Amino acid sequence: MSLNPQDIQRIANLARLSLDESQSKRMREQINGFFDLVTQMQDINTEGIEPMSHPVDLMQLQTLRLRDDVASEPNHRETNQRSAPAVERGLFLVPKVIE
Amino acid sequence: MDELNRSGVAELAQQLRNKKISAVELSQHFLKRAQADQHGSFLQNGFNEEATFRQAREADALIAKGDASPLLGVPIAHKDIFVTQDFVTTAGSQMLNGYQSPFDATVVRNLGVGHGGAGMVTIGKLNCDEFAMGSSNENSAYSVVKNPWDASRIPGGSSGGSAAAVAACVVPAATGTDTGGSIRQPASFCGITGIKPTYGRASRYGMISYASSLDQAGPMARSAQDCALLLSSMCAPDLDRDSTSLDIAREDFSKNLMTPLKSAGKNGALKIGVPHEWSMGTTARGKAKQIDESISLNISNALKQLQQSGAQLVEIDLPHAHLAIPVYYIIASAEASSNLSRFDGVKFGHRTSSPVDLIDMYKKTRTEGFGDEVLRRIMIGAYVLSHGYYDAYYLKAQKIRRLIAKDFEAAFQACDVIAGPVAPTVAWKLGDKADDPVANYLADIFTLPASLAGLPGMSIPVGLDGANMPIGMQLIGNYLYESLLLNVAHQFQTITSHHTLKAGGVV
Repeated sequence: MSLNPQDIQRIANLARLSLDESQSKRMREQINGFFDLVTQMQDINTEGIEPMSHPVDLMQLQTLRLRDDVASEPNHRETNQRSAPAVERGLFLVPKVIE
Repeated sequence: MDELNRSGVAELAQQLRNKKISAVELSQHFLKRAQADQHGSFLQNGFNEEATFRQAREADALIAKGDASPLLGVPIAHKDIFVTQDFVTTAGSQMLNGYQSPFDATVVRNLGVGHGGAGMVTIGKLNCDEFAMGSSNENSAYSVVKNPWDASRIPGGSSGGSAAAVAACVVPAATGTDTGGSIRQPASFCGITGIKPTYGRASRYGMISYASSLDQAGPMARSAQDCALLLSSMCAPDLDRDSTSLDIAREDFSKNLMTPLKSAGKNGALKIGVPHEWSMGTTARGKAKQIDESISLNISNALKQLQQSGAQLVEIDLPHAHLAIPVYYIIASAEASSNLSRFDGVKFGHRTSSPVDLIDMYKKTRTEGFGDEVLRRIMIGAYVLSHGYYDAYYLKAQKIRRLIAKDFEAAFQACDVIAGPVAPTVAWKLGDKADDPVANYLADIFTLPASLAGLPGMSIPVGLDGANMPIGMQLIGNYLYESLLLNVAHQFQTITSHHTLKAGGVV
């Protein structure tokens, strides 16, 4: 398996990144280098094995819980927006999306 | 003042309680050291003197009232992956340059002054690999961290600033985080002691997410005894704020430190499992290169000493451990690509200067704000999660993750702890692997398996190699057996002095 330049552009778009040509080329070589290591996974028989998304289920202590759906934090709008790049009247500003 | 620098957490706490020194004096002393540090361990703007002294005064007031909490007034520094209200939080990334968190991470709160915390005084924020992704600390957007044992070498990563600061006696203790070895490997490379607890022990609330099913916080200090004290305060259930926080009462991890090894095991003598694959000098089935001879030698010497103290060695088998590298880098990258989607230039952090539209803003903001390694992992993650590849990569990796965890489950039938190397080499030269991500990934071969399984692991110093660089031994315990790991480590440190060695020039 080897990724081609179009693959890299497609993935970059999915990840909302814009790589220039030299970045793209280097990224492709390095990612392909990594996927050389990945090929050894394909030799392993994993039939009937449950995917493990989390270590907690293996500890057999508890299942992941959900807390009650109630507001637990007070309103911190101002402090929360302190580090935002652009804010107006408590709203986050972004470039125009509708003409 | 020499003596103060070298004092551990427990000794400093003792001096504070005996009124030999005040918390304000201690924080003045260590703050000065931190600001003058030549290894780049601290972020340049990672200080807030006013906040440090305010915390110290509060600690002094409590001490004056007779509060004898074991960590009260002792200085600590935090890896800059924990959000802090009074200090900047950057995660080592340009993306968060100048970011001010509206709250403190639970771990910071649990260790800090007020809110029922342990009363430790924050000296500042420590450099790390960007978003905790890296094994050399060279991925920090801010500065290079140098290994105190040899300034031409890396300190390890991603908690490289934490390890270097503790090794150079700039602070007595630091927090770290470990996703695939980021506490154990830098601890090993800098000759200090560090422990990653069982996944879920320490709250991840306010720990900037990299790979949520793997990230864990832990202490880094100069002895197992100090780590036990710190860990006891760090870990507590945080049920409303972290859905993976374990619902287990606080534990005193110091309680078993003195247990003799001849009775520390579940059936009498402590049984130490030595993975067949890790002790032969090579990783047999894997692509990772050989283990340095001096590392094998120092580890077998350490094991002999543990044997002489009453432990028994048993050979164990971890047949899938060599697959940990591809499995980890697929799973961690997938989780990272999802977690880091929040950095889009809208709610916090960097935003590109003149975007043409919203999508362009996202793309330029993210490409400018993230460094190379982060971009790479986001790309790998987006790919393995994308339509048509999910089953072959992501799901396959999760299945092998279970096989790796099952290997440990079987191994712990025959032993109480597992011992082996932390890394195949000592700290390498700065720049040596900087352009070769795969070479960096391969160096993680021995720490990744326990991370994938969610098991507790630690690194303790076991000697120096021919170039005078520290070597660490890894101890892995079964789920929730941190106190046994610390027991074994403390017993080892009682009969040896490797952990007391300091790099030349450290005063």
